[in-house]
Amino acid sequence: MSFPWANEYKPTNPLMQWVDNRLPLPRFVYNAVGAGYPVPRNLNYMWNFGVLAGFALVLQIVTGVVLAMHYAANAGVAFDSVEHIMRDVNWGWMLRYAHANGASMFFIVVYTHIFRGFFYSSYKAPREMIWLLGVVIFLLMMATAFMGYVLPWGQMSFWGAKVITGLFSAIPLVGTPLQQWLLGGFAPDNAALNRFFSLHFLLPFVILGVIILHVWALHIPGSSNPTGVEVKQESDTVPFHPYYTAKDGFGLGIFLMVYCALVFFAPNLLGHPDNYIPANPLSTPAHIVPEWYFWPFYAILRAFTSDFMFIPAKLMGVLAMFSAILVWFFLPWLDTSPVRSGHYRPLFRKFFYLLVVDVLVLGYCGGAPAEEPYVMISQIASMYYFLHFLVILPIVSSVETPQPLPFSITEAVLGKDEHATLAPATPAVA
Amino acid sequence: MAGDGVRRRDFINIAAVSFAGVGGLAALYPLISQMAPSADVLAESSTEIDISAISPGQAIKAVWRKQPVFIRNLTPEEIKAADAVDVSTLRDPETLEKRTTAGKTNWLITMGVCTHLGCVPLGAGEGEVKGEFGGYFCPCHGSVYDTAARIRKGPAPKNLEVPPHEFSSDTVVKIG
Amino acid sequence: MVRLFGPLVGLFFAVALLWSFGNGAYNAATQPTPPTAEKLFHMHPKEVAFSFDGAFGTFDKAQLQRGFKVYQEVCSNCHSLKQVAFRDLAQLGYKEAEVKAIAKNWGNKAQTFDPKTGDRGDRPNLPSDHFPPVYYAGQGNPPDLSLIAKSRHGGAQYIHSLLTGYTDQAGYKNEAGEELLKKFPDAKTPDGLYFNPYFANLNLAMPQPLTSDGQVTYSDGTKATVDQMSMDVAAFLTWTAEPKLDKRKQTGWPVLGFLLAATVLAYLAKRNV
Repeated sequence: MSFPWANEYKPTNPLMQWVDNRLPLPRFVYNAVGAGYPVPRNLNYMWNFGVLAGFALVLQIVTGVVLAMHYAANAGVAFDSVEHIMRDVNWGWMLRYAHANGASMFFIVVYTHIFRGFFYSSYKAPREMIWLLGVVIFLLMMATAFMGYVLPWGQMSFWGAKVITGLFSAIPLVGTPLQQWLLGGFAPDNAALNRFFSLHFLLPFVILGVIILHVWALHIPGSSNPTGVEVKQESDTVPFHPYYTAKDGFGLGIFLMVYCALVFFAPNLLGHPDNYIPANPLSTPAHIVPEWYFWPFYAILRAFTSDFMFIPAKLMGVLAMFSAILVWFFLPWLDTSPVRSGHYRPLFRKFFYLLVVDVLVLGYCGGAPAEEPYVMISQIASMYYFLHFLVILPIVSSVETPQPLPFSITEAVLGKDEHATLAPATPAVA
Repeated sequence: MAGDGVRRRDFINIAAVSFAGVGGLAALYPLISQMAPSADVLAESSTEIDISAISPGQAIKAVWRKQPVFIRNLTPEEIKAADAVDVSTLRDPETLEKRTTAGKTNWLITMGVCTHLGCVPLGAGEGEVKGEFGGYFCPCHGSVYDTAARIRKGPAPKNLEVPPHEFSSDTVVKIG
Repeated sequence: MVRLFGPLVGLFFAVALLWSFGNGAYNAATQPTPPTAEKLFHMHPKEVAFSFDGAFGTFDKAQLQRGFKVYQEVCSNCHSLKQVAFRDLAQLGYKEAEVKAIAKNWGNKAQTFDPKTGDRGDRPNLPSDHFPPVYYAGQGNPPDLSLIAKSRHGGAQYIHSLLTGYTDQAGYKNEAGEELLKKFPDAKTPDGLYFNPYFANLNLAMPQPLTSDGQVTYSDGTKATVDQMSMDVAAFLTWTAEPKLDKRKQTGWPVLGFLLAATVLAYLAKRNV
């Protein structure tokens, strides 16, 4: 679907006409990311991150496939094979650092993309399906990243695998058999390493598939925009190409500069020294933490230190950690305000910024050792996290009085819109 | 003035797209070059082989650069047979003398890799078929080599390759 | 439904967290965790400068060669270096013949196994061999040193600090002026271990390896003080951990320069639209 004023693909080149008549792929591209896709004219730089996330996935797949040509998924030689890549394979050091830091960049970009969604309420009707698919992508990314971190078979790999699969042992009755089934043994070893490698190779392609659905769903209503006012007329939009291809090209340049600065000048900044020690099942590192992108969730996991009613603390932590992401699935129905954009919602905006700070605090505590005051801070911060999504958002959306919305995107951009007199300036607020 | 503006515009657009193209191509280089032999493979050093136990008429298979090498102690009859051939009639004209070390012409050292498509020819192992010219016989496509491991019949274009080698002593040969 | 159950679930987690918080606060107030000796007396690595620091730093090959000599004469008695091959020493500026000689004369020999007879034996190392394993029967487990600079916080600075950080435990005071054995009488170093405030738990099984000036004879005339030797070996172990450091930075600058130009062009192209 597209807006009625979308440009139609009319190839002048006879070759393109020939192809288009037999396989309308050029037409498909033109309508998806070309001049045939009208996009709100007021998108800001926050709308660059979807394309960047797609780029990061391709980057990870390309470097990952290449690394898999040299990596050996066997507990006896995995660590040495990674060092072989770092020392002997042509450009192996660069490819491995590119893959490891590429994961971090992917998460930086995706977190920005998600928080963009929070602020502009991109999850609201008619875009719920885009949002739900996005949460699925995020869950798949977390699983993929976790399994990838196990592959070098260093100390953090091993103990990460042990601790994360240990989460499943908290489930009553089936927990321990489930953990052993996941690992194919009583502790992480060859069986676990091999299946993690297999799945780490598979899941990115599953992610790619879900991304296709995510973008497909996006093309039904079209992109949301900073005002949250739906596209009404042709003057509200510009064609994706060249307006946003050029803007995305610039964004990509910035992304690549940050990424290359990491790869070439601080490749181990976001890693952990202990993962350069080969896995040792008999000795746990003094301070085990997951990769930085899991820290907020890790803090929530660790915040539950006391049994609550009849539920053991361990199970509470696991439930809460998974709920912290699952709650995103319900967001379209928790936030019922008819206004989308945080720009026009003063109260919502304050709580949004509080959430950003809260997640940063959770992240900091998740990376810190499990001792006071970090545990107590993460308890408070976790409390806010759940209250924000499940209690505050529903209340705010019913009590808040939004500021007046512009009549249209055109009016928001140009300050006037000759159609504006034909309709009331703000939609009725429920 | 307007014309200049358009020209500057086009220039920037072309330059930006070219930069993207050059960058993309440059990024391909490490992705391609990573498949070339790595430093440890290239460093695969020479192999020393003890040949004291090989009596005339016998041969052994050794390994060099992960490929078989045939080391054969030729009998005087085999040497005579090899020398009797008119070199100019051969597909890949080489004398036995040229293929062995001076003074040690009885030691024929060749790669055990058929020059046709890379199979390992028979004839070096105990009891293996040596082919009608008494050297080696490749079972894959029927290439036949003579006692100097020269191609005589079948599809292979070249004689079995002689790897670089030298005798460290009378009983030890160093290949590579 | 969502609006009914959502707040209930949210309150459920909040109350559970409040409960954990309350218990934690009560425990912290009634039985505070006593500070540990490791926490109060563990020292951060000394802030020393190396040639390879920063975005422009490169290895000093003469220093790496000296550091290799320290490893060879001191560390290699107990510590292996198994990720590194003798051929890699060519990167330190050794000629091919020198690398061959170093490999051939290396104290520990390459292990051999004859699958036909089952005999185990050894042979001199070849340049293509990795450094052979080192077996150590004494107390402690000397770690492999190939990646030590990357597997410890502080890297080269940590190695230098540890090697020069051995000191007498009696009367040892931290920066705050607290005396270790007065504050923690139980923290006395056990027999067979050695006190070193730069080591995470303050006591390690390795006796002070670099004890006196001139312990290693440098061929380039540099004075082999303990400080110098520890700096050199720290640099060498940084090289063993990250041999591509120079190449990485050399590649990085042109790449960043190219990207900067491309980004500026992309910005101008965007402005054009």
